[in-house]
Amino acid sequence: MAGPNFKISFREPQIEMAHGAGGKASRRLVEGLFAPLFFGSSAGPLGDAAHIQINGTRIAMTTDSFVVQPLRFPGGSIGELAINGTVNDLAVSGAKAEAIVVTYVLEAGLPTEVLEAEVRAMALAAEEAGVRIAGGDTKVVEHGKADRMYITTTGIGRLLPGVEISPQSVRPGDKVLLSGPIGDHGITILLARGDLDMEAELLSDTRSVLPLVQALVSAAGAGVRWMRDPTRGGVATSLNELARDCGHGIVLFEEEIPVRDTVRGACELLGLDPLHIANEGQFLAIVSSEHAETALRALRATPGGEEAKMIGEIREQPECAVLVTTLYGGSRLVDMLVGDPLPRIC
Amino acid sequence: MKFVDEFRAPELIAKAGEEIRRLADPARHYRIMEVCGGHTHAIYRFGLKDLLPANVELIHGPGCPVCVLPMGRIDDGLSLAANPDFIFAAFGDMMRVPGTHGSPLEYKARGMDVRIVYSPADALKLARTNPTKHVMFFAIGFETTAPSTALTLKRAKAEGLPNFSVFCNHVTIIPAIRAILDSPDMRLDGFVGPGHVSTVIGCRPYDWIAMDEGKPVVVSGFEPLDILQSIVMLLRQLRKGEARVENQYKRVVPWEGNRAALRAMAEVFELRPYFEWRGLGFISQSALKIRASYAEWDAEQRFSVPGVRVTDPKAAQCGEVLKGVLKPAQCKLFGRECTPEQPVGALMVSSEGSCAAYYNYEHRKPVTIANAPSN
Repeated sequence: MAGPNFKISFREPQIEMAHGAGGKASRRLVEGLFAPLFFGSSAGPLGDAAHIQINGTRIAMTTDSFVVQPLRFPGGSIGELAINGTVNDLAVSGAKAEAIVVTYVLEAGLPTEVLEAEVRAMALAAEEAGVRIAGGDTKVVEHGKADRMYITTTGIGRLLPGVEISPQSVRPGDKVLLSGPIGDHGITILLARGDLDMEAELLSDTRSVLPLVQALVSAAGAGVRWMRDPTRGGVATSLNELARDCGHGIVLFEEEIPVRDTVRGACELLGLDPLHIANEGQFLAIVSSEHAETALRALRATPGGEEAKMIGEIREQPECAVLVTTLYGGSRLVDMLVGDPLPRIC
Repeated sequence: MKFVDEFRAPELIAKAGEEIRRLADPARHYRIMEVCGGHTHAIYRFGLKDLLPANVELIHGPGCPVCVLPMGRIDDGLSLAANPDFIFAAFGDMMRVPGTHGSPLEYKARGMDVRIVYSPADALKLARTNPTKHVMFFAIGFETTAPSTALTLKRAKAEGLPNFSVFCNHVTIIPAIRAILDSPDMRLDGFVGPGHVSTVIGCRPYDWIAMDEGKPVVVSGFEPLDILQSIVMLLRQLRKGEARVENQYKRVVPWEGNRAALRAMAEVFELRPYFEWRGLGFISQSALKIRASYAEWDAEQRFSVPGVRVTDPKAAQCGEVLKGVLKPAQCKLFGRECTPEQPVGALMVSSEGSCAAYYNYEHRKPVTIANAPSN
């Protein structure tokens, strides 16, 4: 049914870095060009993974490319991100990753030891996440054409029983849960690039969030309305997308949002908002108010979820927007990320 | 976090808010200008307007370097950098500022070598590591950033670095304040004085505002408590009918300024006879030019600059907003043709620009949600 009859609304003359930044420009590209031609519509929220049915069995499927610079950084590397990123996209879609296939785009001249280190990192991350790497493909391009290495991973997963998540199920009164401190990954990458003469004890948070998602789902079941891993564009972008898709307002309590001092310090210095900084090992969940306390306790009782917090709630106002309130009574809107302060973060 | 959390403590902020409501005469309307874009950003970022009574109005001033830069200067800088042997280096704030044919970031997407640097010294580093290229640093800013450009130029000269230059757009704050006070449609009661600029120039240069114009000035820090405390200090003066320069930001700003920084600036820069400010027009002796003794590192003296002049889009009312005559949302283009993503005017680009701050943090905010203390 898709075809030239469907209206393409993407009219920008060239692709900019912002189109890959996960913010407003990315959304315009996907909704204005890809969705009309692939799905025959621009409507419908686009989740982290597609749900498809094969012979009555529902599976989730997702794909993601990794172009992070530098390849290795404190707390992780491109290979680890490539596995965890896909496992997490499936997890927040309510699915447990079962198999992943990998594509490498390598540059001629790449030292084998660099590749080997990443393959090892991927094998280890896959083992930890309990997912099988089932196949792959390798392409090599001329030296200087691929910035050493790009990795694409595609994963399929089985849907966890009893999970039915969608933005439309979100209701005023629901609570916003966050699995742990935000901004670690983005700021780690920024510091690892060495452009700033700044050093800090900080590690990327890259990890599989599946155990936390499983704990949440078994504690709150149908009370879990929506989940998302706030990668590029950060918590602010993920929640703005939700606000738009569900039509309600999201109010965050600033003092409840966990941010490490190092991340806060770097953000203060650079004029960044931690809510816009990328994460690779955290997720957001909207949970009905009657299940919220149980869900939070379950997250905190799971290793790696000790710092989980209830950071806000869904309200009727402001429609389709995210508002942050402060302890002393001030408030501000937080929009999606516009422009990209930190390109190639994952 | 030290030096931050103390200035965001809810109980102290609540107290300052109460004090403002106590001091503000309900029969009077106060118009206070925060000169600096950093303050504008903080006011919106922390939702401070929610804490002020309706008769204490904050007017956003011209202290946003990106916002006052005329488009022609951006075009000039980018036209020089069209040379494939050039690297165009600038602060991140500059990257999305539109020139006639696009922003530096769009030029980068088309293949120009554009780099974001965090200090002019980083641009110098680029020149050292790219000896076959010419690195041009597109310098913007008030007295806050001018000293670091001056020191960088001194370093370049000392090293005899041949492949480095500065395209200088540094401006000075005092003439801009004067232009605003001279503007006939402006009625102000006092100023929240710029904090960062004052770390360099000190507090004395504001004396004339108090003495000749009879308006109090309080040099302020950037945390919520700093700004509220400065408003308290201004209201106290206004209540007593005084007009003095006070320093709320003593932990950072010395009364006499930073002599070493001022010396470096004086050695490298001289005043331009006049300079164009976006929205304010030509203001005499309001900008810095690189002295002839540094001509070799001055992009304007070394290369031929087209000297482009571009008038702002007619419908955009950047000038009125910049002078505080109009509120951002009163501009015809606000939120329609002009958004942070596709800005028409520079006030919508920089996070310190009042339009961007208003758009990002405020304009869709429902009044019912703000936890405004009743008064």
